[in-house]
Amino acid sequence: MSEPILEIRHLSKSFGNNEVLKDIDFTVSKGDVTSIIGASGSGKSTLLRCINLLETATSGEILYHGENVLRGGFNQSAYRAKVGMVFQSFNLFNNMTVLKNCMAGQQIVEKVPKEEAKQRALYYLDKVGMTPYLNARPHQISGGQKQRVAIARALAMEPEILLFDEPTSALDPEMVGEVLEVMKKLAEDGMTMLVVTHEMGFAKDVSNRVVYMAGGIIEEEGPSAEVMSNPKSQKMREFLERFLQ
Amino acid sequence: MGNLFTDIGKVLEKYGLTYLDGMKNTLILAVVATLIGCVIGFFCGILQTIPYGPKDHFLKRFFLKLLRVIIRAYVEVFRGTPMILQAVFIFYGLPYVTGIAFQDIWTVSIVVVSINTGAYMTESVRGGILSVDAGQTEGAKALGMNHFQTMLHVILPQTLRNIMPQIGNNYIINVKDTSVMFIIGFMEFFSVHKIVAGATFKYFPSAVLEMGGYLLMTLAASVLLRWIEKKLAGRQSYELVNLDQLATTAGTYNYPGKGSPFDERSREFGGEKR
Ligand SMILES: Nc1ncnc2c1ncn2[C@@H]1O[C@H](COP(=O)(O)OP(=O)(O)O)[C@@H](O)[C@H]1O
Ligand SMILES: [Mg+2]
Repeated sequence: MSEPILEIRHLSKSFGNNEVLKDIDFTVSKGDVTSIIGASGSGKSTLLRCINLLETATSGEILYHGENVLRGGFNQSAYRAKVGMVFQSFNLFNNMTVLKNCMAGQQIVEKVPKEEAKQRALYYLDKVGMTPYLNARPHQISGGQKQRVAIARALAMEPEILLFDEPTSALDPEMVGEVLEVMKKLAEDGMTMLVVTHEMGFAKDVSNRVVYMAGGIIEEEGPSAEVMSNPKSQKMREFLERFLQ
Repeated sequence: MGNLFTDIGKVLEKYGLTYLDGMKNTLILAVVATLIGCVIGFFCGILQTIPYGPKDHFLKRFFLKLLRVIIRAYVEVFRGTPMILQAVFIFYGLPYVTGIAFQDIWTVSIVVVSINTGAYMTESVRGGILSVDAGQTEGAKALGMNHFQTMLHVILPQTLRNIMPQIGNNYIINVKDTSVMFIIGFMEFFSVHKIVAGATFKYFPSAVLEMGGYLLMTLAASVLLRWIEKKLAGRQSYELVNLDQLATTAGTYNYPGKGSPFDERSREFGGEKR
């Protein structure tokens, strides 16, 4: 087994009295493509947001290369820069062009010189096939194109792991394919990815691990081929059946 | 009617330069105070929206809460009292209480109008910041930007664009309302009217000149602000970029405009292209 990048240990999160995550425990190793599946409200987004520190976990640990990111004094900005996030609603900066979107993080957070940031942005925009739209603003391109730019923006930080929160759920059906295609290519290139998705095809064929969540706990977890075709838990079997209909 | 024009001519002949001087003073005061007011507004608006949570240090929470209370009080006091009284308070009250007086009438006037404008702008900026989609902040945070960087590079540029109409409003209000500064002896545009009317008894011809002068100052600003708003909005169309020199070049691509139908620049409104 290769080196673990993220280790989630006994992670819990409550909103008021509502315990949304209960004692979550799992590990992401280098090169892993992990799909997190589960019904709406099962806590998938909250888990990703806790990992990215957009939410503060109530208890537990998140170890990044063995170091607990939740302890006081940890450099959160540097950590976030290395743990990329792609959102369901894209969240591209509306006041910047496509190119500037991909340069901003590098220049502002990592102080990369302008020309180098531009070259890096161009490299990753090419990877997602968005080079022609460099000068467009987010409101001028389609949903699928926005999501591809958002992926390029995250990649331009050269992160160690990319988190995706339902990257295709806000897209028109005809645009889902282009985004999944880009994600598949990334997986083949060896990118470490943690993907919350409702695309069972992606979970089964592209990812190598699957985590099934229900009611704030990890109900089942394992190699995708195994878990997706032969789930042990009754709940997961029912969940998958609903998708196959 | 003929009479009116002759009278205006007479007034202008003798007091034309005085009118111009008054206009110049009003204009400088309104522009400078609006700009300083915006800076105050942005400053307070930003301080007021620094987030804090239950996990933050006690002192940090206490300090931020106190800051919000102070800003709130400032806004309520200066928005809720007439500027003419504020001028009196600062001009006469300050030396009365502290023994320190402003030497220069310009300084006092700019301070009073700026602080007043700042109170309104603080509210506008706060609203402008809150109206920017929370996803923009999350996108920035996810890249590792801190609060200050997020504000400076992502939120405030969008806020500025959103509140341009309010900045314009404040400027226009300032052009007109600085007329109350006569109370501390500031020679603005309207005080010229009082001098001229007092000396010549030509109340109406002078009022016509005043009306024209004020309209000129506010209309010019409206035009300028529209232009800035357009600039801030960016271009509506963009060139497709082709880095592959052998491929055929693509033309200008225009994704269907998605402006609000109430925005006069949107297509549905039949407005002009940006
Ligand atoms: N900011 C919040 N405040 C209160 N409750 C929240 C918040 N975010 C999520 N929740 C609750 O947490 C539960 C899990 O939400 P979420 O993680 O978004 O689920 P999923 O992504 O699996 O659909 C839901 O019941 C939701 O209502
Ligand atoms: Mg979700």
